[in-house]
Amino acid sequence: MQRIGVFICHCGTNIAATVDVKAVAEALSHEPGVVFSTDYQYMCSESGQTLMREAIREHKLTGVVVCSCSPRMHEATFRKAAEKEGLNPYMVEIANIREQVSWIHKDMKEATEKAVILGRAAIAKVHLNKPLKAGESPVTKRALVIGGGIAGIQTALDIAEAGFEVDIVEKEPTIGGKMAQIDKTFPTLDCAAYILTPKMVDVAQNEKIKIFSYSEVEAVKGFVGNFKVSIRKKARYVIEDKCTGCGLCTEKCPQKKVPNPFNMNLDTRRAIYIPFAQAVPKVAAIDADYCTMLKTGKCGVCSKICAAGAIDYQQKDEIVEREYGAIVAATGFNPLKPDKYNEYGYSTCPDVVTSLELERLMNAAGPTAGTLLRPSDKTHPHTLVFVQCVGSRCDAENEKGKPYCSKICCMYTAKHAMLIREKYPDTEVYVFYIDVRTPGKNFDEFYRRAVEQYGVHYIKGQVGKVVEENGKLKVQASDLLSGEQLHIDADMVVLATAVEPDKSARGIATMLTASMDTNDFFTEAHAKLRPVESPTAGIFLSGVCQGPKDIPETVSQASAAAAKVIGLLAKDKLTCNPCVANSDEMLCNGCSSCEKVCPYGAITYSDKEFRGPNRTTLIRRVASVNEAVCQGCGACTVACPSGAMDLKGFSNRQIMAEVDAICKM
Amino acid sequence: MKFSYYPGCTLKTKGKDLDTYARASAEALGVELAELPEWQCCGAVYPMAKDEIATKLSAVRALANARDLDTELVTLCSACHNVIKQVNNDMKTDADIVLRVNNYLKLDTPYNGETNVLHFLEVLRDRVGFDELKKKVVNPLTGRKIAAYYGCLLLRPSKVMAMDDPENPTILEDFIRAIGAEPVIYAMRNECCGGYVTIENPGEAKRRSNAVLDNAASKGADTVVTACPLCLYNLKKNGGHDDLPVVYFTELLAEALGVK
Repeated sequence: MQRIGVFICHCGTNIAATVDVKAVAEALSHEPGVVFSTDYQYMCSESGQTLMREAIREHKLTGVVVCSCSPRMHEATFRKAAEKEGLNPYMVEIANIREQVSWIHKDMKEATEKAVILGRAAIAKVHLNKPLKAGESPVTKRALVIGGGIAGIQTALDIAEAGFEVDIVEKEPTIGGKMAQIDKTFPTLDCAAYILTPKMVDVAQNEKIKIFSYSEVEAVKGFVGNFKVSIRKKARYVIEDKCTGCGLCTEKCPQKKVPNPFNMNLDTRRAIYIPFAQAVPKVAAIDADYCTMLKTGKCGVCSKICAAGAIDYQQKDEIVEREYGAIVAATGFNPLKPDKYNEYGYSTCPDVVTSLELERLMNAAGPTAGTLLRPSDKTHPHTLVFVQCVGSRCDAENEKGKPYCSKICCMYTAKHAMLIREKYPDTEVYVFYIDVRTPGKNFDEFYRRAVEQYGVHYIKGQVGKVVEENGKLKVQASDLLSGEQLHIDADMVVLATAVEPDKSARGIATMLTASMDTNDFFTEAHAKLRPVESPTAGIFLSGVCQGPKDIPETVSQASAAAAKVIGLLAKDKLTCNPCVANSDEMLCNGCSSCEKVCPYGAITYSDKEFRGPNRTTLIRRVASVNEAVCQGCGACTVACPSGAMDLKGFSNRQIMAEVDAICKM
Repeated sequence: MKFSYYPGCTLKTKGKDLDTYARASAEALGVELAELPEWQCCGAVYPMAKDEIATKLSAVRALANARDLDTELVTLCSACHNVIKQVNNDMKTDADIVLRVNNYLKLDTPYNGETNVLHFLEVLRDRVGFDELKKKVVNPLTGRKIAAYYGCLLLRPSKVMAMDDPENPTILEDFIRAIGAEPVIYAMRNECCGGYVTIENPGEAKRRSNAVLDNAASKGADTVVTACPLCLYNLKKNGGHDDLPVVYFTELLAEALGVK
C-alpha cells in the first residue's frame, strides 16, 4: 500500500474563492492510502514546496497528489521538489482544480464536489504509479531556418556565430525576403538595401551556413534534437555550382514579357532571371512557365551564350535529406491583395497602388528608376491620397479583412508621405487614418515630423469611394473631426494593405506539428514568457510568422530565437520523456497496427524465438518500441487490438482506475 | 416554375414598364409569376427603429400569404425587395418582433420567416440560369455597351440581401452578357442616386445622379439599366444626360427575348 500525501493549493483566491479547500483536504484525508492531507495558500511558493518536502520526510510518503493549477504550469516544480526528498518524480500527480474547476464554475458546492472527485481520481492513479527513469537522447548540432528574409538571415547568422551549422531553406531563388523590396526604412530613413545586402553577403560567406535557395521543406520527421527533414530543391534549370551570376543570359533571353514579381509586376523581366542585382546566391533561374525552350523545345539562346555551361534544361527537382537538432520557422508575410476592396478601385485603376508597389515605384532599382510616376500614363502625380488600415482592424463578420492591427502601416505611410514631400515639394499629400499608432523608439517623433515639418495632411476618417474618371481619381472621404464630406481629385491613391502570413506557413506548421492561431500566425509557447518558442519542443519562431512586426522588432526576435536554439544545440544530450510506450511481447500478435499509426517511426518489428508447448520453439513477429524516439503520444496503445501496447505513466490500468474513481460517487 | 409575385405600388403606376416587360419575359422563359391576391404596399422604407412594428405588418402579410400558397415570393422593385427581405429576416431572427407582429396580426398560423424571398434577377440567375437564358435569346443586343446601375437598396445590407458582393457585384453584368451585350464597369454603379432626397433637396439629388451618369458615360456606355423605379426617376429627371437612355433591365430582357 502506498503512503500518499495530499496538498490542496488555494492559489491565493484563484481556487479558494470558489472551492472550499479545507473541505477538500478533509474529504480526501479519508481516501485509502492517504496518510497526510492539508491545504496551503501557494503550494508553488518556496514555503509551499518546503511544506511538501517536510511531509514526505516526516510521513515517509511514497506518493504525492497536488490539487492545484494545470500540470502545464507546475507539474515540473512539484516533481523536482519531491525528487529532492528522494521520491521518484513520477510518483507525483496533479489534480487540476483551477482551470478545470474554480475558473469555470461559479457555485461553491458544485466546485468543491468536483475538486474532491478529481483529487480522488489522482489518488487512485498514484496507487498504481511506478517509479520511472528518464533516458537520454543525443542532439544533432545543426539548425534549420525556414525562410530567408531578414528574420531568417539574422537567426542564421547568430546561430553560426555561436559555432553551430545552420541551413536556410528559401523558396525564392534568392534570400532577402520583403526587406529587399523596400526602399527606405523608418525611423532613420536609411536605405534598406544598404543595410540588408551586407548581411546577405555575410550569410553567403559564412562557412557554417548553407543556403538551399529555390527550395522548400517537403517533410519533417523526428523530434527535438533529432529532426529528419526532406528538402525539395526545385529545378531552376541552372547548375548552381557553375553559374557565375554574370547575367548575360538575363539580357539575351528573347522572352521579354514575363511579369516581374520583385517589382510587384509593375514591369517585366526575361524568362531566365536573377531576381535583383544583389541576389544571394547570385545564380540565375529559369521560369518554366514562360521559357520557350522548356515549353516548345525551340530556342536555347541562354545555353548557347553561357560561357560557364551552367544551363541544364533537363534538370529535375531533387530531394535532399538533412538532420537537425532545432528548427526555426521564419516564413514571413505578404501584403493582402486588396482586390475585394473594389470601393478603392484597385482592380480597375492602375493609379491605385499598394504601399509595397509604391516602394518599388520610389526605388532607384525599380521600374521607374526611382522617379515617382503614375503607372497609367507615366506622368508626375501632384496629389496623392494614402488610405490606412486597408484590410486591417476589420470586424469579425467582415470576411474581406483581418481583425488585427498590422502594426507597421502607420509608420511606413508616414515614411512614404515624408519622402514624397521631401523629393517633390509641389505635391499635396493626404493621409486618411482611423488612429495613428506609433509606439516605438523615435516613432512618434517621426510621425510628427511628417505632419509638422513636411506639411502632410493627416485626416481622421476613412475613404468611402475612389472613382476613376478622365484620368483623375475622385476620392470621397469623411473628415470625422469636422464632420464634413471631402472630395479630393487625386492623381494617385496608395492603399496601406494588411499584413498576412505567407500562404506556405499553414503547410509548414502542419509538418512541424506547431500550432497556429485563427489568422495563421504561429502560436508561441507562452504569450508573455516564451514568445519565441512554439509549444512543440525544438521548434522556434522568428519574425512576422508569429505576428506583425517592423524590422527592428523582427531582428530582436530573430536573435532571441537564435539564443534559444544555441541553448538547445549546446547540450550534448536531452532528457527524454520516460512516459513512453512499451509492448508486451507475449500479447503482441504482430499485426503492425501500431507501426502504421506511429507518427515518429518509433516502432519496429522483428522475429523472436518463444518457447512453445512440449519444448518446441516458435518464431513470432513482435513489435518493439525505440524509447529514444517514442514521444509518448499514446496512439499505438489505442490502435493495438490485443492490448499489448501500454504507455508508461498512463497505463490502461491507471486510466481505468481514474475513471472508476470518478464514477464511484 | 411557379412563384408568387409581389409587384408593389409603383409598378402599377409610374413604373409599369418594369412590371409588364418582366411578365412578358417570364412567360417566354416558362416562369409563372402569379400575382399575390390582395397585396398591400410594402411600407416603402424599411424602418430602422427596433420598436416599430406597424410599418412591417403589410410586408409580413405578403410573406405569410406566399407561405400559405406554398410558393417562394418574387419581387422586382429594388425598394420593395429590400423592405420585404429585411422584414423577413426580422421574422426569422428577432423573437421580440416575431411575438409582437404575430400578436397583432392573429394569423391562422403564426408567421416565422418561412418564405424564401427572391428578386427576379435571382430567378434569372439561380433558377432559369444565365446560360439557359442565353439560349432563349432571339434578338441578342450585340454591340451594345450597357452600364448596370445597382443603386443602394438592391444589395445592401449585404448579409441580409445575400444577393451579391455590394462593392464588387456581378449579377447585372452577367445578365447583360447573357442578352448578348457588353457590360460597362464603372465605379459609381453601386453609389446612391439621391433617393428620396430629391423631394427636399433636388440640388443634391442632381449632383448624385449626375455623378453616376457622368462616370458611366466616361466609360463609353450607350445605355444604363436599373431595377429600381426611384433610381430610374432620379437618373432621368436629375441626371442631365439626355444622350444616355436609362431603362429597366426587364425592358432589355424583353427586347432580347423578342417579346417587347
